[in-house]
Amino acid sequence: MRSNRAVEFSTGLFVLLGFASLFFLVTQITNRELSTNGGSYGVQAQFENIGTLKVGAAVSMAGVTIGRVESIRFDQTVYKAVVDMRISSSFNRIPQDSDASIMTAGLLGGQYVGITAGGAEEYLKEGSRIEFVQDALVLENLINQLAASFSGRSGESGKNDEAPKSEESK
Amino acid sequence: MSLFAELLESSRNFVSTMGAVTLFFGRTMVQLPAALTRPGLIIEQVHNAGALSLVIIMTCGLFVGGVLGLTGYDLLLRFGSEDALGTAAALALIKQLGPVVTALLFAGRAGTALASEIGLMRATDQLTAMEMMAVDPIRRVVVPRFLGGLISLPLLTIIFIAIGIFGVQVVGVQQFGVDPASFWSQMRAAVEVSDIMEGVIKGTVFGFACSLIAVYEGYNAIPTAEGVGRATTRTVVISAVLVLIFNYMLTAVML
Amino acid sequence: MPHSTAAVPTTRPAVTDNLVEIRDVHYSVGGRAIFSGLTLSIPRGRITAIMGPSGTGKTTLLRLITGQSKPDSGQILFDGLEVSTLKLRELYELRRRMGMLFQNGALLTDMDVFENVAFPLREHTKLPESLIRNVVLTKLQAVGLRGAAELMPAELSGGMARRVALARSMAMDPDMLIYDEPFTGLDPISMGMIVRLVRQMNYALGITSLVVSHDVEELSILADTSYIISGGKVAAAGTFVELKDHDSEIVNQFINGLADGPVPFHYPAPDYYQQLLGEPQ
Repeated sequence: MRSNRAVEFSTGLFVLLGFASLFFLVTQITNRELSTNGGSYGVQAQFENIGTLKVGAAVSMAGVTIGRVESIRFDQTVYKAVVDMRISSSFNRIPQDSDASIMTAGLLGGQYVGITAGGAEEYLKEGSRIEFVQDALVLENLINQLAASFSGRSGESGKNDEAPKSEESK
Repeated sequence: MSLFAELLESSRNFVSTMGAVTLFFGRTMVQLPAALTRPGLIIEQVHNAGALSLVIIMTCGLFVGGVLGLTGYDLLLRFGSEDALGTAAALALIKQLGPVVTALLFAGRAGTALASEIGLMRATDQLTAMEMMAVDPIRRVVVPRFLGGLISLPLLTIIFIAIGIFGVQVVGVQQFGVDPASFWSQMRAAVEVSDIMEGVIKGTVFGFACSLIAVYEGYNAIPTAEGVGRATTRTVVISAVLVLIFNYMLTAVML
Repeated sequence: MPHSTAAVPTTRPAVTDNLVEIRDVHYSVGGRAIFSGLTLSIPRGRITAIMGPSGTGKTTLLRLITGQSKPDSGQILFDGLEVSTLKLRELYELRRRMGMLFQNGALLTDMDVFENVAFPLREHTKLPESLIRNVVLTKLQAVGLRGAAELMPAELSGGMARRVALARSMAMDPDMLIYDEPFTGLDPISMGMIVRLVRQMNYALGITSLVVSHDVEELSILADTSYIISGGKVAAAGTFVELKDHDSEIVNQFINGLADGPVPFHYPAPDYYQQLLGEPQ
C-alpha cells in the first residue's frame, strides 16, 4: 500500500478545487439568495392573468427583491391563477392593503411580482392574501384599448358638442 | 465487400461491442465492494485521471470561454443585446460546451492513458500474473481506474465551466467594455441551480461512459504493441461518439 | 531459506506421489486440435521438464494446469483435485499453492522491486508491515537481489527481472513452481544464476518444479524427468539419458538440434524449378 503523500495532496487539492468551483458557480451566478438567513413567510395573490410569470421569479418592492414566487396554480372555483409567494422574514412591515402587480423587467426581461405599499396599519403575515392585484399586460388587450380610445376620441368630441346643446334645438 | 455489407458489418460490430461492454461492466460492479476496501488505489487513480488533467482542462476552459466571449459579443452586437453576453455565454458553457468539451478532452488525455496502461499490462502478462497470484485484476486494476475517471470528470467539468466564465468575463468586460454590472446581474437572473445540476449530471454520465470504454478497451486489447495502439485509438473514437450521442439524448430529456 | 554460501543438500527425500496428474487430455482451439490424448505426471519434490518444438502448446498446457483454460475432455489433477471443476474461489485458493514465473518476469511496472515481491503478501495476508518486510528481504536475499529492493522494474536487466519474479512467486511458499521458458533470452551468466536458483529451490525446499523450455542443454543438467510433446501427445518421456538415445525421429531431431527431420526445414511450397522457370503465377 503506497501512501504517497504528494499524490494524496494533489488529489485532495483537485477535489477541493472542483467543489470550490461548484460553490462559486452556484452562489455567484445563479439567483439563489434567500437561502438560509432568517426564514420566510408565505403570502398569496390571485390574478386573472399572470402572463409569463414563472415559479422562482422575483417578488420585489421598490425594485428590491424581497422574495420569490413559490408556486403557481389554477383555481377552478374562482377561475383565477393563484400565486403563492415566499417573502423573507426581514421584510415584515408590508401593509395589508398593498397591491401586487405583474411587471416586466426591462424590454425583454422576465416577469416578476412588484408590490407597492399601501397605507394600512396591519401588516402581511403568514397566510395573508394580497387583495389588490394588477394582472400582467396582455399585448392584444393593450392594442384593443388603444384602438378603442382612438375611435372613442373622434366620436367623443362629436358627442360632447351635441350633449349640452341637446336642450336647445339646433 | 460492398458498401452495404460493410455498413452491416460495422453495425453488428458496434452492437456486439456494446453488449460486451455491458457484460464487462457487470463484472466490474461485482468487484466493486471489494475494490472499495482499498481507497488508496482509488485516490491514486483520481489523481491520475483528474489532477493530472487539470492543466489541460483549465487552459482549454480559458480559451473556450474567451472564444465564447468574442463570438457571443459579435453576435449579440448585431441585435443590440450585448448586455446579455453574460447570460448567453454562461448558459452555453454550463449546459453544452462545458460538459462536452471537457469529456472530449478527457477522452483524449485520461482515456488514452487508462487504455494504454491497462493494455500494456495485458501485453506484458502482468494481468495474467496477477490472476496466477490469485488476485483478481478487475478488482485491483480495473475498478479503481474506472472509479477514478468517474469521480474526476464531473469535477473537471465544473472547473472548466468556472474558468470558462472567467474567460468570457475577461473578453467581454475587460476587452469589449460590456458593463460588468449587467454582465453579472443578467447572468444571475437567468441561470438557475437546475442548469448547473444539468451540467454536473452530464459530466457524470460522460465520465461513466468514457471511463468504462477506456478500461474495457485496455483490458481486452490484443496483447501486442499494435493491439495496444488500436485499443487506444478505439477508446478515443468510441468515447467521442458516445459523448455526443448521450449529449443529444440528455439535452432532449432535460430541456 | 538457503543463504547464498550455504551448502545445498545433494540428496532429496524419496518421491511419494505425483503432485500433478494429466490423464488423456484433449483440447482444441478454433477447430485446431492442440492436445489429443495427452498423459503425463509430475512427481512431487522433483524437477520435471516439458519440452517440444515451438507451437506444440507448452504454454497452453500451463494454462490447463493452472485452470485458466478448461480441457475438452480428460482429467487434470493437482494434489488430487480436479482443476477444471473448481469454482473461481476454490481456483484462486489453489493458485496460491502454485508459483509461476513468466517468460519476461511480468513484474508490475508501477511498483518497485520490494513492492512487487510484497504484492502477494499484501493481497492475501494481513501480516504486519514489519513481518512483510522480513519475508520480502529474505526472499530477495535468496535470489541475490536484496540490494536492488528500491529499483523499479524498468531499471532491471532481463535476468534480474526474472530473479525478482522468482522471489515474488516464492513469497507465499508455494507447493509447486512453474517456470515458463526461464532461460530464453538470457546471457550465459544470468542463465547460470537461474539454473542454480531452480536447483536450489528444489533441493533445499523440496518445491516441485515444472520447467517448460526448449533449452536442451540447461535442462539436461536440471531435469529429473523430461517429457517431449509433439503432435498433441507425449512423444517421449524419461530421464535425459534415456531421451538422448530414443528411437523416435522427432525426439532425436529435438534433442540433438537437427535442422531437418520430422519437423521439416522447408515450409511446404510448390515445385522449385517450376516456380522459377515455369509459368508466372
